[in-house]
Amino acid sequence: MPVKDYIRKRFFPHIWCPGCGHGIVLGGMLGAIEELGLKKKDVVMVSGIGCSSRIVGYVDFHTLHTLHGRALAFATGVKFSRPELNVIVPMGDGDATAIGGNHFIHACRRNINMTAIVMNNRIYGMTGGQFSPLSGPGIYATTAPYSSIDYDFDIVELARGSGATFVARTTVYHVNEVKDYIKKAIQHKGFSVVEILSQCPTYFGRKNKLKDVNEMLEYFKNNTTPVGSQAKKDNPNLIERGIFVQIQKEEYCDKYLNVIEAASKEVKG
Amino acid sequence: MAKKVKEIIVNKEWCKGCGICVHFCPKKVLKLDKSNKAAVTDLDSCIGCKLCELRCPDFAIEVKFLDNEQS
Repeated sequence: MPVKDYIRKRFFPHIWCPGCGHGIVLGGMLGAIEELGLKKKDVVMVSGIGCSSRIVGYVDFHTLHTLHGRALAFATGVKFSRPELNVIVPMGDGDATAIGGNHFIHACRRNINMTAIVMNNRIYGMTGGQFSPLSGPGIYATTAPYSSIDYDFDIVELARGSGATFVARTTVYHVNEVKDYIKKAIQHKGFSVVEILSQCPTYFGRKNKLKDVNEMLEYFKNNTTPVGSQAKKDNPNLIERGIFVQIQKEEYCDKYLNVIEAASKEVKG
Repeated sequence: MAKKVKEIIVNKEWCKGCGICVHFCPKKVLKLDKSNKAAVTDLDSCIGCKLCELRCPDFAIEVKFLDNEQS
């Protein structure tokens, strides 16, 4: 099925600003779903609040647009009741690590079989350009007119430390990697996290003197490197892309099924 | 052998003129027209890499190939 058959065309053109990276993530994600040959009725997409979370409005799957930061909690409920469905949770950086930070680490810890996609544009776009936990020091934002002094999270390390069994990172410039990693994340049995660096030309770009969207994409091109490369050893400031964690661990729904079986036996006696 | 590109369709209704396709086209096949929408200038140079289609945030570009190849 071609990618365009997965979108709700009546809502296009979408609301995202010109040059926003979220549309590229959407394209990559649908490409992954297309290559996996998933049927529309077998995919559930759950999102919270924010520019990135508008993504569920544009896809023709089962979709839930829920509370800010709570998408993973709703998604856990969906997966628990219908474990056969593919649950995908696209989130923004603030949605995932600030408002939903607790849900995020606990979903990682439980290793429930679903895919979290963190679209990291390092700013709160929808509410007017406030800095997020992923902005990092030295970044200008509406709420940091003299630049932010906060250190940022490293999503990869956060997810790894919390127990996620598949963790990958790429950028929207590397659009084939977006598709590839999301595909692998969906196939992975366990909790998978894909961080995708995205651009917000409207707020992040404008506040931080980045000329236009192409300069932001050039930044992704020039400042990232495949994981474990020589370039990273030569220049530690580069951001690594790739699959960082891919391990097998017993999955949460399976474990819960064991509990149900054990409890049923006890009742039957 | 490389697949022959039949046409590049730009959906002007959906294009927002961000210029990503123009900037990153390896063969400079595209430009922004007077109304600030993507337009094809040199179809013969197109190598069919589809990077414009894949990187378009607005689903506004489609690269079509000859020989009934899937677009």
